[in-house]
Amino acid sequence: MDANAALVDFLLGLGDDRLVLGHRLSEWCGHAPILEEDIALTNISLDLIGQANLFLSLAGDLEGKGRDADALAYFRIDREFLNHPLVELPKGDFAFTIMRQFLFDAFGYHLLQALAESGHQGLRGIAGKSAKETAYHLRHSAEWVVRLGDGTDESHARAQSALDEAWRWTGALFVSTPAEAALTKSRVAPDLGGLEPVWRASVNEVIQNSTLELPEAKPPAGKGYRRGDHTEHLGTLLAEMQSLARAHPGATW
Amino acid sequence: MTQGNHPVGDTQWPLWEVFTQSAPGKPHEHAGSVHAPDAEMALQNARDVYTRRGEAVSLWVVPAEAITASSPSDAGPFFEPGNDKAYRHPQFYNVPRGVKVF
Repeated sequence: MDANAALVDFLLGLGDDRLVLGHRLSEWCGHAPILEEDIALTNISLDLIGQANLFLSLAGDLEGKGRDADALAYFRIDREFLNHPLVELPKGDFAFTIMRQFLFDAFGYHLLQALAESGHQGLRGIAGKSAKETAYHLRHSAEWVVRLGDGTDESHARAQSALDEAWRWTGALFVSTPAEAALTKSRVAPDLGGLEPVWRASVNEVIQNSTLELPEAKPPAGKGYRRGDHTEHLGTLLAEMQSLARAHPGATW
Repeated sequence: MTQGNHPVGDTQWPLWEVFTQSAPGKPHEHAGSVHAPDAEMALQNARDVYTRRGEAVSLWVVPAEAITASSPSDAGPFFEPGNDKAYRHPQFYNVPRGVKVF
């Protein structure tokens, strides 16, 4: 894989993580437990989809096949999506949505901070802008984790079970593909494995305040996991997300 | 029966009044209100509801129950007495020539 193709795949991964998670969050629109939180989750969803738009646009430009962000979002099949399985899991209850968001926000925060120093100018610009938004997302989800964990017996139990479930999927976040390792060498991307300890420190601090317990096992590092591997849930998500664009190609509104 | 201004049986979180400042040095002005379980969440909810489009550089949230308000029945005694005393209004006095009136 040449350096450009590696960068395109890396950008697709960044875009797809945010597009898929943004879509999952959008499923709460009109259904969140309270109006203010409905607005907050929708705002975060829109931020993530906006970030996805930037990453996918840049990926399309660099790919040079004339695909824009819409073409990449709506006209690829699930095997071509390079998001992590963590973000495609169903939204579950409010505790799971918040916990998954928190674990991803902490990852996104450290990754985007590092990418804001990337040797690639276009990527650096997008990352710098997105890092600010993500700092807010992390603050929002972290505050919720503390309140759910240190809340009622029921919120504690639900938050703990959400943490146990989401935790298993975090290992894959820190697995570099060979192409990504090459990007690290050329100073375009940080070493993903190297982000794990800082991520874990951030997560630990909040989890301790929340009275929850981190699962003892280190999350399985996605043995045999490759980018483009998915759970059964991505297909149905894409079927819904892509249906309009596929039924009415080129539609605007 | 109420606890503060929070009626018993109301499952909503407490109400917070939101004040936004549009630019440094400008006054914080009342923007509206949000429900939230505590001050930090009130600040976040206020941010999401009232400042998403760059409307503010600073936010205050105040527990609604901390505000003491005049009641509608106070309107007469509080606000009307001035109207029959025209000399209390600056317009009563002739403005000297040469003074710029805003």
